[in-house]
This record gives sequence, structure tokens and C-alpha cells, in this order.
Amino acid sequence: MPVMDKLKAISGSAAIVGVAESDNIGRVPEKGPMELHAEAGRNALADAGIDKSEVDGVFTAGYSTYDIAEYMGITPHFTDSTSVGGSSFVIHIAHAMAAIEAGYCEVALITHGESGRSNRARPGGNPGLAAAQYEAPYGIMGAPIGYSLAANRYMHQYGEDRTREAMANIAVSTRKWANMNEKAYFYDTPMSFDEYHDSRWVSWPFHLPDCCLVTDAGAAIVVTSAERAKSTKKGGVRVLGAAEGHDHSVLHQMPDLTRTWGRHTGPQALEMAGVTHDELDLAMIYDSFTYTVIATLESLGFCGPGEGPDFVADQRTAPGGDFPLNTSGGGLSYTHPGMYGIFTVVEAVRQLRGETGQRQLDDCKLAMAHGTGGTLSSTGTVILARD
Amino acid sequence: MADGYNKPIPIPQPESDNYWEGAKAGELRLRHCDDCNQAYFYPRNICPDCGNNNTSWIVASGKAKIHTFAIVHRPPHPGFMDDIPYVPAIVELEEGPRMATQIVNVEADPSAISIDMPVKVVFESITDEISLPKFEPA
Repeated sequence: MPVMDKLKAISGSAAIVGVAESDNIGRVPEKGPMELHAEAGRNALADAGIDKSEVDGVFTAGYSTYDIAEYMGITPHFTDSTSVGGSSFVIHIAHAMAAIEAGYCEVALITHGESGRSNRARPGGNPGLAAAQYEAPYGIMGAPIGYSLAANRYMHQYGEDRTREAMANIAVSTRKWANMNEKAYFYDTPMSFDEYHDSRWVSWPFHLPDCCLVTDAGAAIVVTSAERAKSTKKGGVRVLGAAEGHDHSVLHQMPDLTRTWGRHTGPQALEMAGVTHDELDLAMIYDSFTYTVIATLESLGFCGPGEGPDFVADQRTAPGGDFPLNTSGGGLSYTHPGMYGIFTVVEAVRQLRGETGQRQLDDCKLAMAHGTGGTLSSTGTVILARD
Repeated sequence: MADGYNKPIPIPQPESDNYWEGAKAGELRLRHCDDCNQAYFYPRNICPDCGNNNTSWIVASGKAKIHTFAIVHRPPHPGFMDDIPYVPAIVELEEGPRMATQIVNVEADPSAISIDMPVKVVFESITDEISLPKFEPA
């Protein structure tokens, strides 16, 4: 089990000093995924004011670090290719902090890039994995079907109508945030409750707006020691708490379809940071689907099991509401290339720095970023604070 | 192979040969931990609960209830284009474990299917080697 005394001792020892997307996100058919990694990496280093030659730790998912490091011309002394879907890049932050604290590296570069919309080659599944033998033959493939199976179980346990209303609330509130982010895929496209309810089915109980986008995008994060962060271009956003883990891979092995591993990563990250849910100014919660947000908020401890629909009622998570959630417009309405988790951190850092223009929160000091990977399988949570 | 079958086809692995041979023979075979005295899914030689390999095979009754289901309108793979809407599901077997499957011989409409509904296994032959265990209303 995590040793809290040791975790508390390194709380705040590392800081995020650079964040960026690739030059373009959304529809980017003219660039491949490696280029999106490299572009985002270069932009994040520029954001930090750190030269590429100083990077000595490389972290990525979806590729091996040697693929990305070679492409970018980096020869790292510490590498981590932990690939647990969209949670990977949030988890890399904790790994970077541990590596920096232990002395394995000083400047950690975490990169992501995927051509979810325009990719030319889809990787085949490994036939030895449970998914290939026991789910795919039944047409249980791709995220919408797995997550809709989990959502229907939630509806059965906690009420179909109130769950539907909660899913609509998340879809509409997240769209409102996207309408304030010029980089968002749906920046120019508002959505009403009626439009939500009238939209077509993808996999019942999911309407199309219950499902994230599929875009092309890259993003990157630069992490260094809190001490070194002081001399970077914009200073640091300190990493106060971090936690990770998973409790299944394929959906039918998930112990409880309504509870994610966030039930451990939320409390652990908050305790390590020495803060409570109420003190957070912003929650960036991976929204692969509207249902993901409801199950995750409950699992993280913002509210109890089955209380999510009340927690997000009446557009409480929309601009002007008292629980700002996914202020970039999220995976639902801003961008979602496949493994979106890194973008939760990019937005959290920008909000903490006060860089988000018309959607900027007042006095944003403390934020949670939370990634989910696989089919509600893996989670990573970080607590970030402005200096 | 059924003519034109173009959906994903399981490739049996060493730990699952007996499972797929069973399905071809019309049996739903489960691994059973003789130390924990419980069945588990999916097949592997080492019990995922206690970690011991004092395990055997049993033949399941084929009775189950629906743990959850969905109704797919947008196919995830070209092979399912002609099947939509179809009903993927997780069922809870009488012996305890859950498995993923499809509910067949039922109208693909939320009003026709319910969670906890009793179902029973049926086997759909898709190749000379592979039959898929699916479930229909009991």
C-alpha cells in the first residue's frame, strides 16, 4: 500500500513548468502522430523556456520512449513508457516527480500525439488478450459500447430518468465551456437540452453527445524540481498529490461497473496534498463519456455512490456554476484524440496560471486533474497548486 | 467458416483451448479453483483470487441473468454493419462469474430487455473450430 508519510514528504517537490498542445488540434490530416508529439513537446519546452538539450527524462504512452526521443533528437537518462490508456500522461507526472526526487533526471518531458480522426493505420489487437477472445467477437469493441454497458448498470441501480438528466447536464455544461475556448472543436457550436435529447443513438443508453470527440491532437508537459521551476519562464505549478492504479482491463472483469479506481486515487492524492475536496477551485475530470464524469465524481469522493446526478444538477458544472468542471470543453467538446488525459493537465495548469481568457476562473489556486484509461480500467489523479 | 463471416474471430490460446473446444461441443466450460471452491472467468490456469494452481474445469449450467446490456446503433467494426441494432451484454452465470456476450433472439429495444432478466446459453457456430456462446431469454 502507498506509504503516506513518504508521499507527503515529496508533496510539492516537483512542478509543471511547461504545457502545450500541438500547433493545430482537431482535424490535422497533414500531420502524423509522431509529428504531433514532437510539435507539442517543442511547444511545451518553449512555454517553459527550457532548451531541448536539457531534457534528460522522457515519458510517453502509445509509443515507446525511444521512438519519441529519437524522433525529437533526445537522449534521455530516464525513460518511462507506461501505457495505461488516457490515464498514462497524468500518471507520468507522478513518475516524473519520483524520478526527479530520486535524482534520475532533472527535466522531464511528457509527450502525447494521436491522429484519432485522420490515422492511416489502426493497430490490430493482441490475440492473447482477453479483449480479443471474450469481448470483440460479440461486437464489444471501442469505447462507446463498453462505457454504455457500464452506464446502463448505473441507470438500473440509481434510476434511469435522473441518470439521463445528469448525462444531459454534463453534455450541455461542457459544451458551454467549449463555446468559450477558441481551440475547442465545438467552439462555434452551442447545444441545447432539446438538441441533446433529440440526437441519434450511438450505443443506447448513449446519444451522440454522450460520447467524446475523435480528433487529431498532441500535447506535452514539462516537469522539473520545484527549486529549478523558480528560474523558468513562467514559474511552476506544483504537484502536491498524485495517485494511480487500476482494477481490471476488460469491462466484464470490472468489479463494480459504477465505481472506478478513482475511489483510491482521489482520496490518496488529496491526502498526500493535504487538501480536501471543498478546497479545490477546479476539477478537470476525464470525460470520455458523460457517464464517465458521473461515475468518476462519485468514485473520487466528491459525492456518494448514486449521488452524482444531484451533484451535477441544474448546470452546477457550467460557466458561472459553483463547481467548475472541464473548463476547456473537455473530451466531449474541446478535443479527444484517443488518450485525452494529458489535456486535463494542460487546462488545469493554464487556469492556475490565469491564461484562459474569457473562461478564466476567479482566483484559481488549486486544481485536480484526473485521467481514466482503458474501459474505466485505470485512473491517475494529480493535485496541482499555483505558487 | 460461415459464408462471409467477417467479424473478429477468437484465436484460442493455450489456456483457452479447452474453453473453445467445449463451446464447439455445446458446453460452456469454466475454470474452477478447488481451493477457493469457486468458478471464475475467463479461463486461466492460476486462480486470479488465491493465486494457486489447484484448478480444474467444470461445465456450467448455461443459466444466467443479465448484469447489464446496451443496444448498439453505430457498428464498431464493418463486420457488425448488418447486425445493428444488436445487444452486447454482460451476464452473471449461475455459477457466479460474469462474462461478456450478446443477447440474441430478442427485440433490440430497451423495453424488451431488462437487467436481471433470466437467460440461457446458445452456441453460434462461426467457423469449423469456433462457436460463440451467446444468450437468449430463458
